[in-house]
Amino acid sequence: MPDKKQALIDQQLQDLNNDGVDRRGFLKCMAWAGTGLVWTMSGGIPVSRAFAKGYGQDAGKGKGADFSFVQISDSHIGFNKPANPDVTATLQTAINKINAMPHKPDFIIHTGDLSQLSKPSEFDTLDQALKGASTKQIYFVPGEHDMLSDNGEQYLERYGKGTKGSGWYSFDHKGVHFVGLVNVANLKAGGMGSLGHEQLEWFEADLKGRSASTPIVLFAHIPLWTIYPDWGWGTDDSEQALSYVKRFGSVTVLNGHIHQVMQKVEGKVSFHTAMSTAFPQPEPGKAPSAGPMKVPADRLQRVLGITDVNYLVSGRSLAVVDSPLGDSGSSASGTAPAPAVVGSTLG
Amino acid sequence: MTRRNVWVTGLAMPVMIALLMMAGSTSVAAADQAAAANAEVKIDNFSFGPQTVTVPVGATVTWINNDDIPHTVVSTDGLFKSKVRDTDETFSYTFTKAGTYPYFCSVHPKMTGKVVVQ
Repeated sequence: MPDKKQALIDQQLQDLNNDGVDRRGFLKCMAWAGTGLVWTMSGGIPVSRAFAKGYGQDAGKGKGADFSFVQISDSHIGFNKPANPDVTATLQTAINKINAMPHKPDFIIHTGDLSQLSKPSEFDTLDQALKGASTKQIYFVPGEHDMLSDNGEQYLERYGKGTKGSGWYSFDHKGVHFVGLVNVANLKAGGMGSLGHEQLEWFEADLKGRSASTPIVLFAHIPLWTIYPDWGWGTDDSEQALSYVKRFGSVTVLNGHIHQVMQKVEGKVSFHTAMSTAFPQPEPGKAPSAGPMKVPADRLQRVLGITDVNYLVSGRSLAVVDSPLGDSGSSASGTAPAPAVVGSTLG
Repeated sequence: MTRRNVWVTGLAMPVMIALLMMAGSTSVAAADQAAAANAEVKIDNFSFGPQTVTVPVGATVTWINNDDIPHTVVSTDGLFKSKVRDTDETFSYTFTKAGTYPYFCSVHPKMTGKVVVQ
């Protein structure tokens, strides 16, 4: 790497230091146990924080944030195997954390796999637990587990009223445009996640006429970037979807499905995956399959919903540090005006 | 005339019984053969094993899910489609025509397999 570039990155990391969040801080937070992601909109740019750590102090509304929201994912209500025999309890823990936040989030986004087997009783249990959240507005997208038996009819009836197709929709909140996409329906043999032609057309039309300065937040269950094709951790036609957001200055993509934190920045698009509230899954390729990962009971809480930190600063030129798959080291891939930075696999 | 008829009948009865017995034993043998040709496909670690299974016409293939995660068995051509199969649950399908039948898990479509019926 040219020295000049390295110096620039050092300088930019120093800038982060000045903001009170250094790389050591990032990594420390990544190993910290939480149960969801807190997103704070600051100057139109989403900033994520670990649940109870620092929130309300240096990342809360008190410091220039316009609003915040929480992402939870992969509750798998109904799962009862050794990796976590009580997924309802751990979801409850996540809700308790949300309720304990000093600044109430405007809404919650659940990025799918609400249930394990799409059973009415599982959805009932989820609903009952979510009723306990002091934040009442909850946005959903389905995971593949929510559309197992009836092509998602029950999911749509319960969580997708007023949505299009298999459950996609968009909404605006305080100047930010949110789009919930469905990439778990009508999956094809040998493929990964899929959005499909109809949804892509709708998505393109949905973005038309919006100002390029509108911050965009996309959320869907399966990652909209290819993490590990062998395990189907990606979306076959995500590239086309992402081509529609290229002109926007700030795009944040929130996904679940892989039950672990991963991040990457590509130009102005920042990708994040969230932890599960139910059970962890192995790092890509580091187990025979993507099945539930069993951890000692006393460690379970630490690997569920562990939040990552992605500190995004508006209007600054920041180093883009992209962590390649299966490599904990980082490599700089350039600079971008905003947002920033730092991707790493957990552990 | 009457006697002759009786005789014919008398002769015919054991023959018919023998024929019936042969037919019976033939069908038993066929059933044995089919049973031996039936196949089981195990779902382990998000994969079908064996990935390709070859069976004679009339054989029944049974899939069993050994994973902690639910799967399905869905014919790519739409011929058969299991309900969602949770841990230890099975799905069976009897193949009545020769051919190659690709299938996959509609929940995890990277999981694919093939039944060859000869």
